[in-house]
Amino acid sequence: MEHDSVGVSRTQLHHAIAKPKMSAQDINAYFGKVQALKDVTTDIPANRVVAIIGPSGCGKSTFLRTLNRMHEVAGGSITGKVLLDGEDIYKSDAVLVRRRVGMVFQKPNPFPTMSIFDNVAVGLRLNGNNSRKEIAEIVERSLRQAALWDEVKDSLGKSGASISGGQQQRLCIARTLAVNPEVVLMDEPASALDPISTAKIEELIFELKKDYTIVIVTHNMQQAARVSDRTAFFYLGELIEYDETKSMFTTPAKKQTEDYITGRFG
Amino acid sequence: MKSATLTNGRFYRRKAMNFFMNSLAWASALMAVTPVLLIFFYTVGKGASYIDLDFFTHMPRPVGEPGGGMANAILGTLILLGLGSVVGLPIGILAGIYLAEFGRNKFGEVVRFMTDVLSGVPSIVVGVVAYTLVVLPMKQFSALAGGVALGILMIPTVTRTSEEMIRLVPDSYREAGLALGIPQWKTTLRIVLRTAFTGITTGVLLAMARIAGETAPLLFTALGNRFWSTAIDQPIASLPVFIYDYAKAPFEDWNNQAWAAALVLIFMISILSFTIRFVTRSRFQND
Repeated sequence: MEHDSVGVSRTQLHHAIAKPKMSAQDINAYFGKVQALKDVTTDIPANRVVAIIGPSGCGKSTFLRTLNRMHEVAGGSITGKVLLDGEDIYKSDAVLVRRRVGMVFQKPNPFPTMSIFDNVAVGLRLNGNNSRKEIAEIVERSLRQAALWDEVKDSLGKSGASISGGQQQRLCIARTLAVNPEVVLMDEPASALDPISTAKIEELIFELKKDYTIVIVTHNMQQAARVSDRTAFFYLGELIEYDETKSMFTTPAKKQTEDYITGRFG
Repeated sequence: MKSATLTNGRFYRRKAMNFFMNSLAWASALMAVTPVLLIFFYTVGKGASYIDLDFFTHMPRPVGEPGGGMANAILGTLILLGLGSVVGLPIGILAGIYLAEFGRNKFGEVVRFMTDVLSGVPSIVVGVVAYTLVVLPMKQFSALAGGVALGILMIPTVTRTSEEMIRLVPDSYREAGLALGIPQWKTTLRIVLRTAFTGITTGVLLAMARIAGETAPLLFTALGNRFWSTAIDQPIASLPVFIYDYAKAPFEDWNNQAWAAALVLIFMISILSFTIRFVTRSRFQND
């Protein structure tokens, strides 16, 4: 009985995420008159990796951006609530929210006029940390966490744009980690990278979930299966299915999910 | 069967046309640099021999008395450039930031249009404006009035280049800054502006180079001064006005000094241009 088995795993899931790190409640997102998300409700458990999959234009990036209010930058608006440790982030200040919920983008975007060191330090400096010693420590720690330290430790003064694409993306991850967020959102972080760099990023994600809660949007279903604990499938702005990654990829509950992950559309 | 030949009449005609058009392009390119070279060599030829250390360190002498320099005019030009920058740069750069970051509305359109209009206003008219705004209330020609005139002239160049350069900064850097929890204003000032810095500096230096040689707006604002003066509420000497006065004077040694002054002015503007080249090359050796 397929439905029963999914029912059981759902119950387990609810058990495991009794206290979710983040939780979206009845999210409707709009860009002007276009509705990008419809009644999305979901929980994101702490110290887990949640993958968001779905065909292009299904609202997965929009959903990710509602989690740290970055969709507002692009002129979006939402109704509903997004809770971070039980607190509505839309009743807080967007700047404070983004310090706790960091973001890594699809295309590596290190600041080209800053050195590698400054790229990592910039968030600390501009948020008021003036201690040279502390900044140097955090920069090293963040670069180590992003598995980039050994490759750049002798060239910290070089331009952030001078390293390879894969290194740039890890630099962006280090930059995000430096401001010590609790949740890290990743918007297709490996889609612009070669397979080896992709593998490195995936390894990194696995390491990072010890300390952070991670939500990753990906076009690549193998990647979702490899890195995530839970997977959410979005289609046409709706959350179709959300489950343990294993059950989702072996016994999807919905026909649409099955069609998508078996490659019949999308 | 008729075999195609490699060299028929059309081939030679094409070759000839190609040669002709190439020569035309070369000639045009040569003509474009000719005025610069002419100005440079003519000024050097006429003025170089009148430049010595005294020229930079001494004051103008009365007619008939040989020697002397235009230390006051060189200093005056620098002071006027400084005053112009103090007036023009903050307005120009901030307006540029506004237009690039927030100016996608009717007001932005109006400001953009007005800036373009301002860049077409003859500089002597801007001088009249500064005369009305500063000289009349103060009842005094002054360096300040000259600075205001030059500052107004700088605004369009600085505004539009700043806007263009800030616009060129990809949105992904703005997003990256905001996603780090950096407030919008800091993201704009410390990340976006920093990325656009070289471009903005180029615009600033271009604007300075453009006003350094302005004469008309200074005639009835800064006026000119034969004495050493650094007071901004007093008339002040400047190289362009000095050249104007000395070139039309009926004394040969004055005319010669005008050539020398022209050479110094060209040299100062060239320094600005070289600085632009220096600034626009990359800070990092490896890219």
